Amino acid sequence: MLTRFGPLITILLLTGPIAFGLAGTVLPAFGFLPVLGGMELTLHHFRTLFSQPAILTSVAISLTAGLVTALFSLGVVVLFVAGWAGTRLFGRVQHLVSPLLSLPHAAAAFALAFLIAPSGMVVRLLSPELTGWERPPDLLVVHDPMGLSMMAGLIVKEIPFLLLITLAALPQVQLKETRMLAASMGYGRVAGFLLGLWPAVYRQIRLPVFAVIAFATSVVDVALILGPMRPSPLAVRLVEWMNDPDLSMRYLASAGALLQLGVTAAALGLWMGLERVGRIMCIVGVEMGVRMRRDALLRGAALLAMGLAAGAVFAGLATLALWSFAGLWQFPDALPASFTLKSWMRALPRIAEPLYTTLLAGLLATLIAGLLAILCLIREEETGRRPRRALMLLYLPLLVPQVAFVFGLQLFLVYADLLATLPALVLAHLVFVMPYAYLALKDPWYAFDRRYNQVAAGFGKGRWRRFALVRLPMMTRAVLAMGAIGFAVSVGLYLPTVLVGAGRLTTITSEAVALASGGDRRIVGVYAFWQMLLPMLGFGVATLVPALIFRRFRGMQV
Amino acid sequence: MTKKGLFLDGVTIALEGRVLVSLTRRVAPGEVLTVMGPSGAGKSSLLAYLGGFLEPAFTAWGRALVDGVEITALPAEERHVGILFQDPLLFPHMSVAGNLMFALPESVKGRAERTRHAETALAGVEMAGMGDRDPATLSGGQKARVALARVLVSEPRMLLLDEPFSKLDMELRQQMRMLVFSKARESGLPVLLVTHDEADAKAAGGEIVRIGE
Repeated sequence: MLTRFGPLITILLLTGPIAFGLAGTVLPAFGFLPVLGGMELTLHHFRTLFSQPAILTSVAISLTAGLVTALFSLGVVVLFVAGWAGTRLFGRVQHLVSPLLSLPHAAAAFALAFLIAPSGMVVRLLSPELTGWERPPDLLVVHDPMGLSMMAGLIVKEIPFLLLITLAALPQVQLKETRMLAASMGYGRVAGFLLGLWPAVYRQIRLPVFAVIAFATSVVDVALILGPMRPSPLAVRLVEWMNDPDLSMRYLASAGALLQLGVTAAALGLWMGLERVGRIMCIVGVEMGVRMRRDALLRGAALLAMGLAAGAVFAGLATLALWSFAGLWQFPDALPASFTLKSWMRALPRIAEPLYTTLLAGLLATLIAGLLAILCLIREEETGRRPRRALMLLYLPLLVPQVAFVFGLQLFLVYADLLATLPALVLAHLVFVMPYAYLALKDPWYAFDRRYNQVAAGFGKGRWRRFALVRLPMMTRAVLAMGAIGFAVSVGLYLPTVLVGAGRLTTITSEAVALASGGDRRIVGVYAFWQMLLPMLGFGVATLVPALIFRRFRGMQV
Repeated sequence: MTKKGLFLDGVTIALEGRVLVSLTRRVAPGEVLTVMGPSGAGKSSLLAYLGGFLEPAFTAWGRALVDGVEITALPAEERHVGILFQDPLLFPHMSVAGNLMFALPESVKGRAERTRHAETALAGVEMAGMGDRDPATLSGGQKARVALARVLVSEPRMLLLDEPFSKLDMELRQQMRMLVFSKARESGLPVLLVTHDEADAKAAGGEIVRIGE
């Protein structure tokens, strides 16, 4: 039976590349790399690694970035949900923030960079009236050595992610009732939520939080756009070594990738320590009878932080769009002196191919991931088992630092002569699209009223016709939404594209990041604009198509 | 003669080794067997077993035969067991006529002929001319009648009724009971009804089995 292969292929797909990838990373780290003649086991490469200049600073930056990003973004989300969930304002902010989820990390980072750079929009709006600056100040705001702007770039992108994950978990708890109960006992909104509901919610979003930490400790694209340069975060240096024409640098890169694994694991370990502190604080809070009745200030701060995070990205995106159409734009003018299509025309011949690759890889990866997700869900339904452990497996590609296993995978692709081919790129994207496809489809899948199947079977319809004529049409909206999410994930992928595409197969995102160092804001604006546009198109299709197909049927409207 | 109708031959439903229902009964064409019991007693599982949709958590054995055909040996789609649930479950992405055509057997060929069949079936439940309507725009009673027309047009061997009247209001409920049972008699279908409403059982008029008490 076909469905039996669904879970099997999915598991192989999730674990295979990671297992092979890790093997391909770990072995060369210890000196084993037969293609380059490395046959003896040695710790030599680790000695080389630790003798690299400022390597420990790189490690420290990566570790801090992971923890600070998770702490800040989760903190804002928790306080915002605690203070505002259930209000009308909450719904509005949610609508405002949700589109940011589909924005690639790199595009958000560009947006922030265009906003806060010394010649960015914020300084322009304030100059020269308030600052007196007639030329951009010599400040290291972007690329600051401590990585603050990089963390800011990560935080503004992870806030929408964690907010939507939290929202998905909220229906599992009795928000309204517990709120009323806590209020009747004299608890403020925030305290009532934190003490009464948060533990149950957090348990459900723990893996996504871990994924945020793993991503932030090993991020490359955001770090290239906003992060420190001397030294860079560990993952950025790894990629430099991996791309070094001197092949013997691969040993060093492998040893570094292993170190990266350790850094991410350490960050997760520290986070679990923080979890314990949080738990104890909750218990102590209850025992001491903390009520926090006057939490208006805290609620206000949470709302402000939320608004600021979303507002910054939107303002940045607007700035970036302006740049892409800007003619002459001198400092400190807030607007360009003229508008022109020149940048778009100039980018056009170069952008066609990456655009094509982005679309093709994204659509193929999403299609395959969607099919596999459906097969897995059908199989789960047939057997009546909802595998819990498999869920861990699903998060594996999101928990293992990309740089640690995609590098090893690259090695195998070189062996198989598949490097920089479309199938390899699709496979690499599939590993990351698959988890999101499954997670996006799971809830609507189970929400489907299965009695429709029984009714249809009573009319003599076999399982495939029941699926094609009843379930699939009724789930069109959910399936297309899943597709839009998967496509957005694929569009945003940077590192897997760079390592597997090897510079010969490029996407909008990999090209945009490559242009970042060049400093041509107009061209970067065009690329970042496309990055923003593609996921939006996906969601547009996912909304419009079902609305059009089923326009006659009210039961099929949202 | 004895072969006509539904024969439940030691049909047993068990959950984790505990037997919930065990039944051996004959239901003549047009007759109703009513199974009553509190929720969780296994009523719906009994229907699911006969329909071919038992949850994997349950185990079941025993045979069910309709007109001599052992339906429990067939896959769900070859049993031709019509089901009415408490919700009408009209397919929201098809018109009323579309819903009926979906149920109409393939042996009825030709677009015109199929449309005529659907029209006739709709007229039979006083819904003549409503074929083009979007099911979402119908009233509760109209939906229930379309669901009945739909199941009848599929030419089932028997009917399974899973508390089909419980979501209707009082007045409609009585009308629908009369309509459903008279249609079943007309078509000579054996009916298995599960309910916890005594009035349903009384209206059905057939034998009553109580389980889970």
